[in-house]
Amino acid sequence: MSEMRRVTAICNGTVIDHIPAGHALQVIRMLRIDINRSNPVSLVMNVPSDKMGRKDLLKIEDLELNQEELDRLALISPNASVAIIRNYGVAEKRVVELAEELVNVARCTFTNCITQNDREPLPQKLRVVSREPMEIRCYYCGKVQTMTDIVDNIL
Amino acid sequence: MSDVVTMDDLSNEEILSILDDSKRLIPVASGKVHLPLLEGKVLANMFYENSTRTRMSFETAMKRLGGSVLNFTSVGTSVAKGETLYDTMQMVDGYADIAVIRHPRQGAAQYSADAVDIPILNAGDGAGNHPTQTMLDLFTIMEAHGKIDGLNVVLVGDLRYGRTVHSLSHALIRFGAKLTLVSPETLSMPEEIVRDLRSSGAEISESSNLSSSIPDADVIYMTRIQKERFPDEDEYAKVAGIYMLGSEDMHGAKDGMIVMHPLPRVGELHPSLDSTPHARYFQQAFNGVPTRMALLCRGLGVTIPKEVK
Repeated sequence: MSEMRRVTAICNGTVIDHIPAGHALQVIRMLRIDINRSNPVSLVMNVPSDKMGRKDLLKIEDLELNQEELDRLALISPNASVAIIRNYGVAEKRVVELAEELVNVARCTFTNCITQNDREPLPQKLRVVSREPMEIRCYYCGKVQTMTDIVDNIL
Repeated sequence: MSDVVTMDDLSNEEILSILDDSKRLIPVASGKVHLPLLEGKVLANMFYENSTRTRMSFETAMKRLGGSVLNFTSVGTSVAKGETLYDTMQMVDGYADIAVIRHPRQGAAQYSADAVDIPILNAGDGAGNHPTQTMLDLFTIMEAHGKIDGLNVVLVGDLRYGRTVHSLSHALIRFGAKLTLVSPETLSMPEEIVRDLRSSGAEISESSNLSSSIPDADVIYMTRIQKERFPDEDEYAKVAGIYMLGSEDMHGAKDGMIVMHPLPRVGELHPSLDSTPHARYFQQAFNGVPTRMALLCRGLGVTIPKEVK
């Protein structure tokens, strides 16, 4: 648990553990955490982990992420463990689950996709075609989206 | 759902049933039998991109079945003023009972199907899918060979941008055909499609040589190298005219081998081929009428009588 002591315990908020090493910044983007907001966010990267070798860790104070927000995380961090902290104790444990369809999570990268027109009102939708290996395609045009594409085009 | 956006919207049983319906509708398609099954129904032909055969055959199909047709082009309409596809489709939802859409952007047909209640038939979305063309292609192959299973189908030309071959290859695999893909490297079948085809257990070989593929072929499916899909003229010039077939190329071919083409041709098929027993492309173009009749009836929930007289 030595890595846990790198940052202090939080009173209230969300702790996301077991993020693949080096991906914490992507997780912050995916969860749409506003980095200009006043609550503190602690970010620990590349710390040793028994399970993963190296891992990242996030502590977000005074914010309880809901399931829908957490499921976005499943794309890059399907094995993340999430704890909702209240009064310094673990109040709830949550698992992230990758949905079949990702609605308004990221924009399709294909330049000729119908959804490239910003004025079209229907939601952006990505479809999880396979989990092992992970394969994600645009629901409308069918083009494969890489993880880099998705992270770069988070809505 | 009665939308047909990709071939995945139709089960194998449905495909066979539509092909069967299409066969019975031939006398109606050619105007010999009057069968107003779709009287009072309105089809919206939404063409955001040029089309000759697809548009006309849908119009003929609807009219021969007693229905009427609203023809839409994006030139000189609200689309030119910047209307979204969503808004245009809301209007069509109110004016027509079924809509056919062709659009330069990929995914436009699925998007339209999600936007409205009326059934949507995809008549080509960018380099995506063209399932009604696939239905008429399957019909043409069945008409000639009586089966699809075990046939060696050679797909030739622009396999990268040609939406016709994307939809067709998926369908052929489902019915057990073997595929030979012949294209220049720059126009080879997109990787994700080849991966999909292979993962469904398909027997696929890839080559850039057409003449060596002729002797074993049961079907040669030629396509046009589409100038409009190339970013620049030089890239187009490098591959234009790379594959051509004429009557002299038919010497080594099997007797029953058929040559198909979605048309228009721009030199891939020499006119000398037209009079050989292998040429099937004009028949294929006609087959668009009965198959689209069957698809319109399916979309509108109208059953085709077992005996058409």
